[in-house]
Amino acid sequence: MQLAFGHRPVYDGLECRMRKGEIHLLLGGSGTGKSTLLRMIGGLQRPDSGIVRVAGHDLAGLRERDLGEIRKGIGMLFQNGALLDSMTVLENVGLPLREHTKQSRVEIEERVSSVLSAVGLDDVQSLLPRELSGGMLRRVAFARAIVMEPEILLCDEPFSGLDPLNVTRIEDLLVRLNKELGLTVVVTSHHMASSLRMADQMILMRDRICVSGTPEELAGGDDEGVIEFLGEDGRSFLARLHEIRDHGNVGDGSSAGDLR
Amino acid sequence: MIDWIRSLGASATSSVEGLGQLAVFGGELTTSLVKPPSRFGFFLRALYDAGVLSVALIALSGFTVGMVLGLQLYTTLSRFGAEEGLGAVVGLSLVRELGPVVCGLLVTGRAGSAVTAEVGSMKATEQLDGLRMMAINPIHFVAMPRALALAVAMPLLNALFIVFAIAGAFVIGVSNQGLDGGVYIAGLESAVRFADDVGQSLLKSLVFGMLLGLVATYKGYSCSPNAAGVARATTSTVVTASVAILLSDYIITALWGV
Amino acid sequence: MQSNASRDLVVGLFVLVGLGALAYLSLQVGGLEFGSQEKIVLRATFDDIGGLSARAPVRVAGVKIGQVSGISLDDDLRATVSMEIETGLDLSIDSSAAIRTAGLLGDQFIAVELGAEDESLQDGEEFSFTESALSIDKLVGRLVHDAGVSN
Repeated sequence: MQLAFGHRPVYDGLECRMRKGEIHLLLGGSGTGKSTLLRMIGGLQRPDSGIVRVAGHDLAGLRERDLGEIRKGIGMLFQNGALLDSMTVLENVGLPLREHTKQSRVEIEERVSSVLSAVGLDDVQSLLPRELSGGMLRRVAFARAIVMEPEILLCDEPFSGLDPLNVTRIEDLLVRLNKELGLTVVVTSHHMASSLRMADQMILMRDRICVSGTPEELAGGDDEGVIEFLGEDGRSFLARLHEIRDHGNVGDGSSAGDLR
Repeated sequence: MIDWIRSLGASATSSVEGLGQLAVFGGELTTSLVKPPSRFGFFLRALYDAGVLSVALIALSGFTVGMVLGLQLYTTLSRFGAEEGLGAVVGLSLVRELGPVVCGLLVTGRAGSAVTAEVGSMKATEQLDGLRMMAINPIHFVAMPRALALAVAMPLLNALFIVFAIAGAFVIGVSNQGLDGGVYIAGLESAVRFADDVGQSLLKSLVFGMLLGLVATYKGYSCSPNAAGVARATTSTVVTASVAILLSDYIITALWGV
Repeated sequence: MQSNASRDLVVGLFVLVGLGALAYLSLQVGGLEFGSQEKIVLRATFDDIGGLSARAPVRVAGVKIGQVSGISLDDDLRATVSMEIETGLDLSIDSSAAIRTAGLLGDQFIAVELGAEDESLQDGEEFSFTESALSIDKLVGRLVHDAGVSN
């Protein structure tokens, strides 16, 4: 897959696969195209050449309406939340339900408040996004991304701006959704320690390509770029990872997303 | 020289491309008018923003324009001893031209730019992408209610503008300059015809409103997603919509056959 | 969507006021009429209608009773003017129609002067007596010509 903005290539021969039912951690410095990769999985951006396949569908050949059908199974958390600023929290989180299900107003309200309390927010339903703090905004946006119980969840920097308590809360929630519902998760982060605990697969983006593998594989590998990015501390941290990780590896699922 | 020709070609291509995108956008906007679900709540809100919030400006400007017309025309007409023609001249010029055009330009500056800024900042903060990821068409959800509200508000604001301007000219011509009120009203009512004048006024303001709705939402929807892009798009809306209003005014006037 | 009762009320008021202004312009100023009031059509033939145009008012004693609905040339190349007149006015059949000018430079209109007969004009009938337009340029032309001759 190739992509360039102007004359600056973002990817050149990038190829990676993400497996269904696993948590993928997308690592890389800023400007390596982590967010862009997420946007391409969501069909918001198209590669200049190459193929993006999600659940067997080649996104390049799809029209907006067909993309919509696929997107109903994808939740996406944008970097700055992307909540609609003219609508209350309740309306924002309940919007996908109101648009795509036949649930009654009461059912929607119940579902919204249960999702909101799962991310640690109560009594914010009637507030407008501008009345929320950055961390609350992020969590409301997270609630909106999972309210439809998607099969794939794309999270762009979900932990930046959150206090440690809420980082843990969101992590636990992600792991639980992954375990119980088989949710496929793709998380980007420029800061790895915060989200390593839960990752099944790590994808390290550098030099317009990516290196992927389990954390253990990457730690034990001898790729110079990886070593440089992780540093000695990172590598030793990864090496000890299986000790601190509180869940085991999930077995191979069928292919959920191929990126080439 | 070759470079110059090449850049000319490039700008021609990009402007044709832009027109094509505008046409596609307009087509989607039109079809989304009838697509369920109805966005009546959003439409009401947009009508509040575009219509209600413009009333004060339109009333004040209308009254002022009327006063100026009353003063200027009364002075000019009295040179020919034709002061009693004031009502007719004021009425015809307001209903046929000044009302729709001045009102159109005012609403462009007041409400059209606001729509572009709002839609543009929604794009810049990824709200439009967020909608797309929720499988909601942003043209249907965001652009359509606002464009429709501009198209609906414009004829109403135009009528308000004209009534206030007629009143403004009345105040100057009758109360200030001493023309008989009955003569003013009679001149007005006998000169202005529904089929020719009021109908033309309505058609113009409706067309201006639709043009403004299309331009304002398109510019916001297609702006580059950052603060500078939103600012550029807002300026571009005012310029493009104003030129479109003036051009289409000439075309409608010429086709209507004066 | 947050439903906001007071805002909806203001929007409703705005629409009502706007429609009111539109109705005022259409009905009162523009003279739009629904469910056509009964009208009769009368005709009159003139040698010269001057600057008379369609929709010029028809007046009796200065009061508007109708308007010119059409102007055409007849077989003798004279101007036939048809006008729509309100019903129930009993214009006697020897009434005359004259083209007059409001003020020196004003618009032209048709002034109907009533006759003495008891019988009145019916729909589609024609005025027997007409008086053509007195055009200023003709008057001026004659004046200049006369002045030239007398010199």
